[in-house]
Amino acid sequence: MTRWVRIAAAALTAAGTALGAAASAQAADTITVGFTVSQTGALNVDSLAQLRGFEMWRDDVNAAGGIKVGNKHYTVKFVSYDDQSQGARVQQLYTRLIVQDKAEFLFSPYSSGLAATAAVISEQYGKLMLTVGAAEAKTYELGNKYLFQVYTPADKYLTGALEGLKQKKADATIALVYSDDPFSKAVAGATREQAKAMGLKIVLDESYPPDQTDFSAIINKIISAKPDALLGGGHYPDGATLARQLHDQNAGIKWVTLLVAPDSAKFASLGDAADGISVPSQWAPEVTYKPNFGPTPEEFAKRFQAKFNTPSDYHSAGGYAAGLIFQRAIEQAGSIVPAKVAAALDKMDVTTMFGRCKFSTDPKSHGLQLAHEMVLTQWQKKDGQLVKPVIWPRSAATAPILYPIP
Amino acid sequence: MSGLLASIVDGILVGSVYGMAAMGLTLIWGVMDVINLSHGALIVGGMFALYLIAAALGLSAYAILPSAVVIGFGAGVVLYWLAVHRMIGRAPLMSLLSTFAANLVLIGIGTALWGTVLFNVPVSLPGLRLGGYTFPGTHLMAAALTGFVAVVLYLFMQHTRPGKAIRAVAGNRVAAELVGIPTRRVLASAFGLGAALACVSGALIATMFPFTVLSGDAYQLKSFVVTVLGGLGNPAGALLGGVALGLLEGLVTPFMPVSWTSVIEFVLFIIVLVAFPRGLFNFVFRRS
Repeated sequence: MTRWVRIAAAALTAAGTALGAAASAQAADTITVGFTVSQTGALNVDSLAQLRGFEMWRDDVNAAGGIKVGNKHYTVKFVSYDDQSQGARVQQLYTRLIVQDKAEFLFSPYSSGLAATAAVISEQYGKLMLTVGAAEAKTYELGNKYLFQVYTPADKYLTGALEGLKQKKADATIALVYSDDPFSKAVAGATREQAKAMGLKIVLDESYPPDQTDFSAIINKIISAKPDALLGGGHYPDGATLARQLHDQNAGIKWVTLLVAPDSAKFASLGDAADGISVPSQWAPEVTYKPNFGPTPEEFAKRFQAKFNTPSDYHSAGGYAAGLIFQRAIEQAGSIVPAKVAAALDKMDVTTMFGRCKFSTDPKSHGLQLAHEMVLTQWQKKDGQLVKPVIWPRSAATAPILYPIP
Repeated sequence: MSGLLASIVDGILVGSVYGMAAMGLTLIWGVMDVINLSHGALIVGGMFALYLIAAALGLSAYAILPSAVVIGFGAGVVLYWLAVHRMIGRAPLMSLLSTFAANLVLIGIGTALWGTVLFNVPVSLPGLRLGGYTFPGTHLMAAALTGFVAVVLYLFMQHTRPGKAIRAVAGNRVAAELVGIPTRRVLASAFGLGAALACVSGALIATMFPFTVLSGDAYQLKSFVVTVLGGLGNPAGALLGGVALGLLEGLVTPFMPVSWTSVIEFVLFIIVLVAFPRGLFNFVFRRS
């Protein structure tokens, strides 16, 4: 009896070990990337666009056999949760991604505020995180080892708009009205300085709560201040509402540049209210970057449209680029050890369909994006339809600047 | 037309709609001593009713308002029987908790169905231009309709049997029962009426501003402030309180950053609670 028990035990152990080995061999061939998406909440529209960028990259890379590291090929696996556009959820979920789901690498949530929260957790656990959809520069000035920013920092956002405006009216007055969130405040702060340096006077300078829906009082204030231009906004919901109410109240401002919102294809549904509104963009499908690897901007835009039945925008392009950059870093490092991948990212200076990418290695601003540039696009009516060509920088422009706007 | 005047007038227009929302809250409070914490959910319900029916039938938003009244009344009666009926006469905390729970359930269902994205009801109405300022047509229409509803409500409460029955039950429930008024049915319809007011105000707000499933909280908070300003249980006071709040917002905004407006409102709220516990406008109307 005991002899049979011993044989059975030995057999089971052997089987168990074999299965275990097989399982760990399986696990060794995947890379788990963790992140949260704002499936619900105010950041939903932009965050989902970014998610689609991530997913398209993952599908592309897995279809090509996975990320190549030496002789091995790693399939990319995503683990993601809904952060409900809330910082508290981001805190809980990133901890869970690292501790429970054992994510080896991280992407950030969408938006500077949430990315800053996630960065605290990722740095605490020593996990490498690529931040996408996060432009605020302060996050990288707090001393970090493993943060890398894909987007152009916030302080460069409205530079193009100011330059374009200055060209059209050298003594233009500006109303700066922006949402009270880390990203918009960072942009507003930089814009204030740059406008002063350019000799453009700011006649109104105010922030509003991010969930504001009634802009009539602010718009009356703007009308009273009689500015030539309005710069500001925040994310999609407040930007779209502000644009609509500006139109309803016949504010008649000659130049309006809003952050983020007008970049979404959904903005066109505002009809006449959208006409003439410009938006600083991390990317536009018409850009003419020549990538070192990966698809060209045109190829990306076409395939994205075919895959998701909706046009790409800078949020989705940013998501896709993050994946490309991450993949490149692993291939160049020849390893998935975070320190080696980080070293590869530190050395990187490449161009993808998204533009140039080079991270700061100065310990005071480690990971800050140095090389990527913004473009300014503007909604214009062409043959009765609303389209969004690039208007600045003029070297990349595909249409003339419309000033004053209708 | 100065900026200040434009701001004040627009504040009054929008404030009147907040007043109507508060009327629903204060009516329920006054009649059955129940603080309806699902008030916000009912407001959002009105917003979605407008959005969905307008989308489904393709009718103008304003044509759909009567249906918001009916839906609100129905929802209120159902809510009364499910969550409130057995809490009447018990400790106030019970009805507070029960309506709060109802609120969570309703908002939870709403979030599951529609997510938390922003919805918008496109309503185009020509505005009124005076000087450089435009008063949006939707604001003017909303204020006008609020006035209309307020008048109808007043006539209903003063001159119809059901209205008088509600006032009787509010005044003295035992006496009302003694004279043969079916108090439970009256309480249910009073709750329904309060809910209908919340729903209609939600629908009107939806014609002016975009909304999400979670918008109800902000308006519920405003309703509380207005209710306290106007005096508990005083619908006319609530309307005046809304107008006063709107006036205050319009007065304050041109002079300080917009973010300070809520601070001013809530400081006022505390002052009124402490110094005028029966509301600012309670002296204007005798309690029936």
